Amino acid sequence: MKLAEIRRLLDCDVICGEELLEATEVESCFAADLMSDVLAFSRAGSLLVTGLTSLQSVHTADVADLAAILFIHDKRPGAAVVDVARHKKIPLLTTRRFMFETCGLLFDHGLKAAGKD
Amino acid sequence: MDEPVLYRESFAITGDDFEHGGDAAAAVKLVMKDLGLDPAIVRRLSIANFEAEMNVIMYAREGRMDLLITPNEVRVVVADSGPGIEDIELAMQEGYSTATAEMRARGFGAGMGLPNIKRSTDTFEIESEVGRGTTLRYSVRLERPPNGTR
Repeated sequence: MKLAEIRRLLDCDVICGEELLEATEVESCFAADLMSDVLAFSRAGSLLVTGLTSLQSVHTADVADLAAILFIHDKRPGAAVVDVARHKKIPLLTTRRFMFETCGLLFDHGLKAAGKD
Repeated sequence: MDEPVLYRESFAITGDDFEHGGDAAAAVKLVMKDLGLDPAIVRRLSIANFEAEMNVIMYAREGRMDLLITPNEVRVVVADSGPGIEDIELAMQEGYSTATAEMRARGFGAGMGLPNIKRSTDTFEIESEVGRGTTLRYSVRLERPPNGTR
């Protein structure tokens, strides 16, 4: 599923990386607020769904080679965090929906779980 | 024993500096990418480095991350002057944590850092002295040498 489709599906605001949405395809998703879980169990190339807007969410996406971050509940990181994401070419999106609904809709539209067994 | 050193750099880490938590791991990642290391290995080491860096920021006053790359492996030493770990065996157990609310609010401090580092690396050693600090030594073997070397 392209990030551009995810943006439409969840009526997202794009915080940065708009130019990457059409070209970035994700097949799987990992949802967590605990970055250690993401680091331990996510797969490279997946979408991170989280409510954590600190710098550490962007660094987590960077070191774990995740495709993009989707913040839930209309959460938005501060300007310094957005700058780091822009620099690292990690698209940031935000949706007004909460975690459960966000994940449910993504699952329903074919995204797979990105957790390792 | 005396392997050629392809790259060596030391990164300072400041305790409690959450606003820069992850900068050292990100910088090391760029070095490894520039040397053309296998992306899967870069990912494993970056995950270990980020957890180790966050441990220093969360628990210690200051620390260093020393990176050493040879044709055969990447070696990292993360040493801090912090409180030390009283019971290493306990600290290595997934879920054991002495984290504060701020640490948890940053997405860390769930007792997964040390196990994650061990899981992501080929060798892992930890030394700690209460009141003095903690030193982690870990490495990942390279299947093929970095760019421009054999």
